[in-house]
Amino acid sequence: MNIPATLRYTKSHEWVEALPEGIISVGLTDYAQHELGDIVFVNLPQIGDPVAAGERFADVESVKAVSDVYSPISGVVQAINEALLTDPAAINADPYGAWLIRVSGVALPADLLDAAAYQAEIGED
Amino acid sequence: MEKKTPLYECHIACGGKIVPFAGYLLPVQYTGVIAEHLAVRSKAGLFDVSHMGEVAFEGSGALLTLQRLCTNDLATMADGQVRYAMMCYEDGGVVDDVLVYRHGAQRYLVVVNAANRDKDVAWMRAHLLPDTAMADVSDGTAQLALQGPLAMQLLARLAPDQSLPQKNYTFVPEVWVAGIRCLISRTGYTGEDGVELYCAPAEAPALWNALLEAGAADGLVPCGLGARDTLRLEAAMPLYGHELSADITPLEARLGIFVKPGKPGGFIGGEALAARGTPTRGRVGLRVTGRGIAREDCPVYRDNQPAGRTTSGTHAPYLGYPIAMALLDDDVPAGTMVEIDVRGRRVEAEVVPLPFYKRTKK
Repeated sequence: MNIPATLRYTKSHEWVEALPEGIISVGLTDYAQHELGDIVFVNLPQIGDPVAAGERFADVESVKAVSDVYSPISGVVQAINEALLTDPAAINADPYGAWLIRVSGVALPADLLDAAAYQAEIGED
Repeated sequence: MEKKTPLYECHIACGGKIVPFAGYLLPVQYTGVIAEHLAVRSKAGLFDVSHMGEVAFEGSGALLTLQRLCTNDLATMADGQVRYAMMCYEDGGVVDDVLVYRHGAQRYLVVVNAANRDKDVAWMRAHLLPDTAMADVSDGTAQLALQGPLAMQLLARLAPDQSLPQKNYTFVPEVWVAGIRCLISRTGYTGEDGVELYCAPAEAPALWNALLEAGAADGLVPCGLGARDTLRLEAAMPLYGHELSADITPLEARLGIFVKPGKPGGFIGGEALAARGTPTRGRVGLRVTGRGIAREDCPVYRDNQPAGRTTSGTHAPYLGYPIAMALLDDDVPAGTMVEIDVRGRRVEAEVVPLPFYKRTKK
């Protein structure tokens, strides 16, 4: 299971990356895409929408099921990855490249997991 | 506590992702639902369907018993034929949908849904006519499904071609496949050509491995429950608990061609169906044209008025767009635009003819 050391993680299997100028990128982990299976649909918020830590901001659907995606942070959606709307399978192919949203105006919360803690969380080697 | 099918270890060995289903631990997928689905449409797939139930009937009263239990006319069957039917309650609701195999005028095998097995067996037993012996042989029967355009060709590598069932909905009671005794029927639940193979549980792993070995180089892959569901949905085949239930009649499910009200002696529920007349509520196909994937039990709206509910829905891997089946309250012609409430969001859909997918025969 690929868990890059440079990112931070949530127990609900989102990853978080701090970009320059206080922008934070959010996506789904390799573990999440693997558990979901073939992803065929993504519903994203709109630019300017507020997101709140612990609240649902998007949903992704695999062939079999729909899953909510929870925001690790509170802030305002600054960008959405529109390419995913037509190519949701990119999340399966490249989970750490296929960011869902970018959020501005927030600092990274301290309670996110680092790679080792996330690894322990999902219990995989 | 879920039971393991005889093929459980094979699923683990093939990398299957195991889930509980109808009391059994079964693979939902191996590599992925889409890849498995497409393999069945273009080449071939192998499924473990050992969870299905099998009930044997024997005796001079067997046919009469099954005629009373089943909507279809079984009196016109020949030995070696298979017929689809439903069993109804007195009020016309559906107990289960079944396949009836005729071994002989006094000997039949009925294949039932795993989730309904106990209920079905009790229902059948309660309606046994004299001179009929009945036995639930499910635990002594393993079942594999080999499906896809290459299925017959691959099977012919392990069994003489002339020993295989040649026509759809026929079966051969004894075929030796890789040295294993099987009952093979030209049936399936995918919309493709193919067979279902029944054998002794102890021999199922050897049969599974022999089939995979014979076909792997040509693209045969093991397939899980996920692809089984998406394949049957594209082919618009009903699934009990979705398109059929105690609250849905065969006529509402638009399966009237499997209902023979005029057959001698009639069947349980036949009078109620006749009294209810032609239903206005009926099953339709929906092609989702908006953004979203409808699942089961989503409300459907026509001109902003409640019009019914979806019964099944998914992303259709071969067609490449989302589809659903729905029970709509009134007859709604193909081409009508409706809206589906997908988790609080209205998504546009078009009523389309069923099936969504039909294979082109060669």
